[in-house]
Formats: sequence, structure tokens, C-alpha cells
Amino acid sequence: MPPSLGGPGFSAAWGAIMNKKRENSLIFWLFLAPVLFAFLMVEIIPFLMGAWYSFTNWTSSARIDGGIRFVGLDNYIGSFKDPAFGYSFGITLVYTVMNMVFINFVAFALALLVTSKLKLRNIYRVGFFVPNLIGGLILGYIWQFVFNNAVPALGKIVPFLSPLSASENLILGNNTAALMALVAVGTWQYAGYVMMIYIAAIENVPVELHEAAMIDGATPFARLRKITIPMAAQAFTITMFLTLVNSFKQFDVNVSLTSGGPSTMYQGKPILGTELLALNIYNTAFLSNNLAAGQARAVVFFFVLAIVAIVQVSVNKKKEIEL
Amino acid sequence: MNDQKKGVWVAEFGTALLFVLFLLPFGLVLINSAKTAFEITQYPMALPSDWGNFTGNVVKIWTSEAIRYPSSLLASFLVTALSLGAINLLSAQAGWVLVRNKTRTSSAIFLLFIAAMVIPFQIVMFPLLTWFRLVSKFTGIPLLRTYTGIVLSYVGFGLSLSIFMFHGFIKSIPLELEEAATIDGCKKHETFYRIIFPILTPIHATVLVLNGIWIWNDFLLPLLVLGKGNRIQTIPLAVSNFAGAFVKQWDLILTAILLAMIPVIVFFLFAQKYIVKGMVAGSIK
Repeated sequence: MPPSLGGPGFSAAWGAIMNKKRENSLIFWLFLAPVLFAFLMVEIIPFLMGAWYSFTNWTSSARIDGGIRFVGLDNYIGSFKDPAFGYSFGITLVYTVMNMVFINFVAFALALLVTSKLKLRNIYRVGFFVPNLIGGLILGYIWQFVFNNAVPALGKIVPFLSPLSASENLILGNNTAALMALVAVGTWQYAGYVMMIYIAAIENVPVELHEAAMIDGATPFARLRKITIPMAAQAFTITMFLTLVNSFKQFDVNVSLTSGGPSTMYQGKPILGTELLALNIYNTAFLSNNLAAGQARAVVFFFVLAIVAIVQVSVNKKKEIEL
Repeated sequence: MNDQKKGVWVAEFGTALLFVLFLLPFGLVLINSAKTAFEITQYPMALPSDWGNFTGNVVKIWTSEAIRYPSSLLASFLVTALSLGAINLLSAQAGWVLVRNKTRTSSAIFLLFIAAMVIPFQIVMFPLLTWFRLVSKFTGIPLLRTYTGIVLSYVGFGLSLSIFMFHGFIKSIPLELEEAATIDGCKKHETFYRIIFPILTPIHATVLVLNGIWIWNDFLLPLLVLGKGNRIQTIPLAVSNFAGAFVKQWDLILTAILLAMIPVIVFFLFAQKYIVKGMVAGSIK
């Protein structure tokens, strides 16, 4: 209790304030409790467990109370020595960079088309956006059918495409072609979504800027380069980030389109030719039954993603100011 | 015809062609759902000889024990609806108290939620399973292969972005509104449910869309928490299970895919405006 200053009236008022405060902090914790609980259960505790497990000989059959032994950096060293991991790393970088370039290029071109005066532009917008609504797993199966059945059939019908109909020329049967197929599907999947972000940016450019430039005799291309692109700089930062993170984490399409295949040789070891990092992590843990190694790779994955994303955003932010 | 007009026609025609090519894969799914397995391998690009096959294929998928389509649809619906309900209510509550309490604890908690957005699912997914198994062992509450476990997971992984969205919006609501309610004798929690919660409608729509599309289509989390071929399986799990068991039987796989896409497409046609707006808003924030 505070020292009584002004008799009973004052202490009643003080009591009311204290009640208010208590009510406030009660509500604060009551309202936060459910999310804090969920957060602790699925993010914090598994994150800390995972950090620890990556330094142990953890397997799926091991129990926490016994059988888990500290092995230092063995899982990390083993992963870096595994050609399959290095290969996955390499093709994931290639995939991510190609995806970023293609998605953003296609999306920006589509956005320019559907913000012009085309008659059916609203229908086009919806159509280009639709693939994004369907899950990557299902999209991958659809494209597996396209590459394995529809494309060879096309080769039979169209004379100059006839090599496509030969079974040894199946797109998904060749490493490089299959990786390009993954990029094509990734572009198809995300371009419509990224297009919507560009549309918002392009429509935010004040009409007066274009009118003034047209009076000064600027060509459409000059207006695109000097007005639209600089004004959309902030959107580029966002779309680059989104496509970078989404491509780097790609799993669903990889599983259903190629399942990581076809097999190939790399540094004298048979490996899967289109196994992106997320799939490599999953397969290491479950197919090779080596959870600890899978976990160590996930930790590496996390750090690489975080560093690359930070670099990308800061580079783009700098560009935003320059433009 | 002058040059400019010609240019307009080229753009018009080119975009239309692009549009058709873009949607062609879906068209292939549709026409091949109405063929027999033999017809698909012979003429995958042709129109079906008899659309009557379509009903037959749909009935086969609908009644197939391997895909259990009706129960998978129900499971997908329940998982999505329960998770969305929980995420929206709980993140709105949390966002509100985090805005209205300007203490150091409050900002530290908010920062923690935001920081968690950079954590990829891959780094927590394996220990999550061990941890869930451990919790179930000690509390007797099953978390793996149950609605409880998967809804809890979606709340945990979805709350960061959702709290962030609510937080941003609530900051712009004038405090006077709440003070007026307090003076009128409204209790603190009543102020939230009666005054603030209804104002949040536009953000609720955005958060519903963002999380809804993610949860409905998600594959990896259900694959781990629910597992393949168990009692509860969502549509993506059912499709992958089915495609794995009926390799190359494209008549059935494509029909299953078509049935899996229909709910999303129908929903999209009704809520198109909100979905596009929500997804763009979610990316920009």
C-alpha cells in the first residue's frame, strides 16, 4: 500500500488504479497465453532440440532419455563430404537464380500486358493467377503428365517436333532438361502471383508522370525504363525476396514432378539428378534413416537462406535509392 | 489500319494466346479425365471420344478405398477451418494486447514473433515429431495423426505473419475509441470482443486468405504430422498416396487431380476479389 496522503477518498482511487493495472496485465497474459503456448510447442522447443540433435547421433528409433550421444561436428563434416549434398546445393542455387530471373521477367511482362488497354485484361489477370491457387504437389503431377505424355504426343503430331516423341528423349529422363522443367513449372506457378504485386505497383504510378513524358515526346520504351521501373523499385525488392525464398525452399513440385530423379553419377557416386535441398534433407532423414545428418543439413540450409536473403534485400534496397 | 491499331491487335491476340497456353495444362486434365487409360496413352491431346467416361472415372475416384476422397475432403476442410478459426481469433487478441501495452516485455515478445518468420520449416520439422511423440507419452494427449496436433502446428507456424498483420492494422485504430468504451463501463476484454474485433474485418479477410491457401495446399507438414495412409489425410496427402499406388494410371490420377482442384477453383470464383487483394497485401507488408 502507498502512504496514505488524502484520507479514504484517495486510497479508493488508488485502489481503482491498481485494479485497472492488474486487470490490464491479466488480460495481457491471458490473451497472449495461447499463441505463446503454440509458439513454444512448434517453434522454440523443436528449434532448440534441432540445434542440439545436429551434434548427436540421433536416429528415429532413439529415445531422448538414452542412446543419444554427442558426436561434435560429425554430421556437418559428413554432409559436406557427401557428393549428393554438394550436388543438391549446386542445383538448388542454379534453380533459385533461374527461377528468380524467369518468374520476375515473365511476371513483369504479364503485368505490363494486363495493365494496358486490352479488352479482356481482367480475365487474363485471373487466368494467369490461377496456377498459384493450386498446391505445388498437384501442379507437379499435372506437369509430369504433360512432359511424359502430352509432349511426346505432340512430337508425333507436329513433324518438326518429332524427336520429342522418342522415349529416350523424354524431358524428365534427362538431368538438365528435368531441372529446366522444374524451372518452367516454378515460373508457371509463381508468375501470376508476382504479376499481381507488379500490377499494384504499376497502377500506383501517377498518370501525370506518363502524360508529362508523352508531351515531351518520350517513347513507350523510354517511359518504361525511366518511369515505370524506377517507380516499381520497392516492388522488385519484395518480389525478388519472395521468389528467392520460395524457390530455395521448393519441395512439393520437386516431389511430384521428378521425385529427385533421374539418377546420375557425380564424383563417382550414384545420386539423384534433380534432388533440390529441401528434398535432400527429407530423404537423408527418412530414406537413409539418418535424422541427425538431415537435421545438420537443415541447419546449414537455414543459415544459407538467411544470409542470401539478407544480402538480396540490402542490395535491392540500395538499388531502390539509386533508381 | 494504322500502325498503332495493328500493335493493339498484336498485343490483344498475343495475350489471348498466352492465356490459352497458360491454362492448357488444366484443359488437359479436364479432357483426359473423360478417357480410358488406353485412350490417354494413345491420344493424350485429343478430345475424348465419349464424355460418358467422365462420370465413370469420377465415381471410381469418389468410391476408391485407396484415395478415400470424401473423407479426405472433409479432413482438409476441418483442418483448414479449425486452424483458420484459431489463428484469426488468437492472433487478433495477441496483436491487440501487444499494441496496447507499451512495455519492454510486450515489444520483446512481438520481436520474437517477427524474428520467427525467417525460420524455415525444414529446421524444426524432424525434432517437432520427436517432441510431439514425447509430449503424447507424458500427457496421454495424442498429437501425431490427430486434428489436435495438426491444428496446433498450423497455429504455431501461422501466427507470426498473422500477428504482424493485425498489429499493423490495430496501430491505426484511435485509442479514444477504447477509452470511450471504458468510460461507458465496458470491461477490458469486452472492449476487444465488442469494439475492436468487428473493426478488424478487412485484416481478417487478408489473414484468412493467406493462411487458407497455404494450409489447404500444404503437403510437407501433413505428411509429417498426419502421415501417409492414416485415418486422417488431407487432399494433397490423399493425391500423393494415390499417385504413388497407381503409377501411370493417368485416367484415375488425372480425375483425382481434377476433383482435388474443384473446391479451390469454386471458392476462388466466389471470393476472387478478396483473394487477390489479400495475397498482394500479405506480400507487401
